[in-house]
Amino acid sequence: MSARPHITVRGLTKRFKDMVVYDKFDLDIPRGKIISVFGPNGCGKSTLINLMAGLIPKDGGEILFDGFKVEDVRIGYVFQNYREALFPWLRARDNIEYPLKFMKLAKAERRRRVEALVERLGVRIDLNRYPYEMSGGQQQLVSIMRALVIDPEVLFLDEPFSALDYEMTLFMREQLQRVFMDTGTTTMIVSHDLEEAVYVADEILLLTRAPTNVADLVCFDAPRPRTDATLSQPDFVRVKAHSLAVFQREVRR
Amino acid sequence: MSPRWNAEPFVPLIGIVGLLGLWYLAVNTRVIDPVLLPLPTDTAKAAWKGFSGGKLGVDFLITLQRTGLAIALASAIGIPVGLILGASEKLYRSLEFVVDFFRSTPATAIFPLFLLLFGVDDKTKIYVATFAAALAIIFNVAYGVMNARKTRLLAAWLMGARRHQILLIVLLESFPQTFIGLRTGVSLALIVVIVAEMFIGSKDGLGNSIFEAQQMFEMPAMYAAIFASGALGYGLNLLFRVIEKRVVHWSGK
Repeated sequence: MSARPHITVRGLTKRFKDMVVYDKFDLDIPRGKIISVFGPNGCGKSTLINLMAGLIPKDGGEILFDGFKVEDVRIGYVFQNYREALFPWLRARDNIEYPLKFMKLAKAERRRRVEALVERLGVRIDLNRYPYEMSGGQQQLVSIMRALVIDPEVLFLDEPFSALDYEMTLFMREQLQRVFMDTGTTTMIVSHDLEEAVYVADEILLLTRAPTNVADLVCFDAPRPRTDATLSQPDFVRVKAHSLAVFQREVRR
Repeated sequence: MSPRWNAEPFVPLIGIVGLLGLWYLAVNTRVIDPVLLPLPTDTAKAAWKGFSGGKLGVDFLITLQRTGLAIALASAIGIPVGLILGASEKLYRSLEFVVDFFRSTPATAIFPLFLLLFGVDDKTKIYVATFAAALAIIFNVAYGVMNARKTRLLAAWLMGARRHQILLIVLLESFPQTFIGLRTGVSLALIVVIVAEMFIGSKDGLGNSIFEAQQMFEMPAMYAAIFASGALGYGLNLLFRVIEKRVVHWSGK
């Protein structure tokens, strides 16, 4: 592991009208890890990754990826609301292919890349269907594939599983883990479920109430692939209990 | 319990059969004067005569042509105007009241004004119908554009879509609402055309056909023309629904 962080956030400032969400916020994100972002309601979990991904403008500070600005980095982003993020007029396959159009690749090459991704993930859904013909989980899987097809340097996921039922959530966590083990892409995932936040993460970023600071950055290095058994291992229980304690402290503050 | 034969396909016919039954009953029991309400068979005969070589068929086509021209003109004006209005919230808000006011004004109320402006002419009828339909289309297109899912536009932008590609998404996003506008517009246009045909200086069209039959007390012919108008309206609506299903297959899903 390289000691140099992949993403550096320095002096990040963000206001929404009168509310200061971030005030001179600093953060280092290591390379090749999954970082869960967890914290009280309204602390700006999604805002943080939106600022990092360049989806919303910052009022001050600097966010650099290996010293580069976000415009010069391939970003994969998965929205919480897959219904509003996919294009309903395109078949699933064409949705996944969409970002490749902007990389000036020939049609055949775009097809090939989608096929390669399908192969790699072992996806067994009919990609010739339209999003509205698919289940929520399948749609979100398509969203994730759309984010992955460009081989992103950083992957952001904003509560990607919160609109799915429990069965699908479990399945999608496995898919995400599989993708990550395969690619090792630096990943930031916002979660509102502490169990999920710990289970998927190498590090859990716990935030305070706004104006937001880092309450704690907790390491969880259980080996992958993690399974249901991971959930009852002492290390998992300890990290989750510690994170919960930090969270409670912040909520009551 | 299973029925011996499947009655399902015949359910929609119940209303028609019931109406015809009531009609026969009303004539036979003389609840309604048979002079005012001829038998369904007499009406059917009049319709047959009118369509096979009679004037009714010609009137039908003329009304269809006027309505068609009006909706084409209204689309040519309404869709671009709606897109522009919808794209700029300020512009929309500054004109919302005006559009809404005239949209709520019965188009037939401005018929005399249009007669003064354009004369007792075929095109006057078409213009009034265009006026009514265009306002419905403008309103709906603008609404469709304004309600384009922000997430979808953000997603496209993040994936590298540039201005014109994002505009294409906005356009596609507005399609379902545009079709609602078109269907409303075509219904309004038909109403206005039929009413306009009943009055000042009209020599043809279904409205004229209904009005003349009434004046000459040719009741079967009058009912035949009324039903022809109904069939025209129903047919146009059906046509637009079929096109809508083809073009915006994702609508409402």
